[in-house]
Amino acid sequence: MTYEELLTRQATADERFIVMTAENRALVRNIHAHLGSRFIDTGITEQTMIGAAAGLALRGRIPVVHALASFLTMRAFEFVRTDAGIPNLPVKLSSFIPGFLSDGNGPTHQAIEDIALMRGIPNMTVFAPADEDDLLKMLPEIWTYSAPSYVRINTQKSGYEHAPFKFGKAEVVGEGTDVTILTYGLLFAQTLAAVEILKNEGLSVGLINMRCLKPVDEQAILKAANSKLVVTVEDHFLTGGLYSIVAETLLKYQTTAKVLPFALNEKWFKPSLLPNVLQHEGFTGKQIAEKILGYTTSAVQQTIAVPQFSE
Amino acid sequence: MTNESNIDKQKLQQTALKVREHIVRMATDGGCFVGASLSAADLILYLYSEWLNIGNHNLNDPDRDYLFLSKGHDVPALYGTFVELGLMEKDRLKNHLSIDDHIYWHPNTKIPGIEFHSGSLGHLPSVAIGVAMDIKIRGGKNRVVCILGDGELNEGTCWEAVLVANAYKLDNLIFVVDRNQFQANMPTEELIPLEPLHDKFTAFGAAVKRIDGHDFDALHNAFSAYPFETGKLNVVIADTVRGRGLPSIERRADRWFCNFTAPEIESLLKELHGEHISQLTSETLVVR
Repeated sequence: MTYEELLTRQATADERFIVMTAENRALVRNIHAHLGSRFIDTGITEQTMIGAAAGLALRGRIPVVHALASFLTMRAFEFVRTDAGIPNLPVKLSSFIPGFLSDGNGPTHQAIEDIALMRGIPNMTVFAPADEDDLLKMLPEIWTYSAPSYVRINTQKSGYEHAPFKFGKAEVVGEGTDVTILTYGLLFAQTLAAVEILKNEGLSVGLINMRCLKPVDEQAILKAANSKLVVTVEDHFLTGGLYSIVAETLLKYQTTAKVLPFALNEKWFKPSLLPNVLQHEGFTGKQIAEKILGYTTSAVQQTIAVPQFSE
Repeated sequence: MTNESNIDKQKLQQTALKVREHIVRMATDGGCFVGASLSAADLILYLYSEWLNIGNHNLNDPDRDYLFLSKGHDVPALYGTFVELGLMEKDRLKNHLSIDDHIYWHPNTKIPGIEFHSGSLGHLPSVAIGVAMDIKIRGGKNRVVCILGDGELNEGTCWEAVLVANAYKLDNLIFVVDRNQFQANMPTEELIPLEPLHDKFTAFGAAVKRIDGHDFDALHNAFSAYPFETGKLNVVIADTVRGRGLPSIERRADRWFCNFTAPEIESLLKELHGEHISQLTSETLVVR
């Protein structure tokens, strides 16, 4: 099953669904033949598409809208916030090539503030699947939930079979007392590799696939904070993403933890093909593991980890 | 000019005067966008009184016509119209800007009859497109009107919407431009010129009529000709006067948002009824 097959099945079975795109057909190339007039391509007009989606939702439709992540979340931000967010209409945002997935496009196409932007909108729900299996498991519930949603579409195949999706719940892949890694999206595969390396070094390592960033699984974060070190791994700016969510959650519950973040700190990433990007930016499983090992064996650990990033 | 008009022009003019009185009374204790409301008052009243299939009986009927106020700050004209047509209690207007009600400077759906909130310019053309698209998909007959300000046409999304509306042949959609010649602080032609506006919309593929937006016969003739052309977005450019009805503020760039004193309101109400009044001294507020 692919994303398009799942959407086709959902939309053919449920007349409320409208599939829209701002001329980004990569995910919905064949669906027109199945949906006819319930497939709407507004051309390269992300703002108009979102406004029209709100109008369709006002009439009882569930529009699933497609555009590149950066243009969907930034060019059309105010339309998402004002026309879907304020009236709490079920406009379903499917963002294409978010985070590192924009690989060679360059900074114009890098949506690495999308989580921060979308979770800042009241009523909006935010999801970042680890891979295609995770994506397909979460979409049916997200699409039929009454609120607007933002999904970082990720059709990468990691080979990992995920647990059933529970709305607002993280997927606890493993638990550990030394280190717990929190992650979302395509970097899940890298953290899986990192966990293996760290375990071979004798560490007790946990791994949590956050999946839902809003509503977020606070209990999973608080539980992770019981391990000696919490590591956040995300293809997002340091500001406003998972690192911020962890900080907000710990502060809310008047607790703290040592947190080592892997994120993009005040910088865009060097454009190239995905494997090169991961290597260059230090996000391969091996690099993540090595940095964690360096941190855990450091003689001068600070009480709270201060994020440090090389250029 | 045809003689097919079956509207009671005199009655509409009398009602419009009452709508303007409501608008003026809202321009104190915090004020409102009085000039832009007065320019849109006649066309809003005409549409609700004579043309739109919408009223108390069918506010939630999926087959009703839709009206969207995209420029938004003309909402006092809508409130005044609602009161005169029995869609809103007159006493409720006294709650303007009250923390206990929902009557403020821009439209919101807490007021029955308001289809969508606005305030940020250039949004409702696309929302109206979505509604018009759904009506087309379902084979409905309802019509969708979206009232735009002329200053609002600075926003690129208005023109995006015209392109998309024409691509989808949304002849059930009518954009009405309240062409009062002013944007917030400036005459449009001095800041971002719009003319020749008729030609611009035509070049974008719309079927356009340009009329006097204060003349009920002209409004009726134009809307009676709907659809102007099948398969095309309909556009009505309604030439209007900002501040219409109050010569002391008409066409004055500094009378956009006004917060008058109580004695000034009494004076303005007299002016509405034809009395000459002296210049007003209230400072206008800059509300953006």
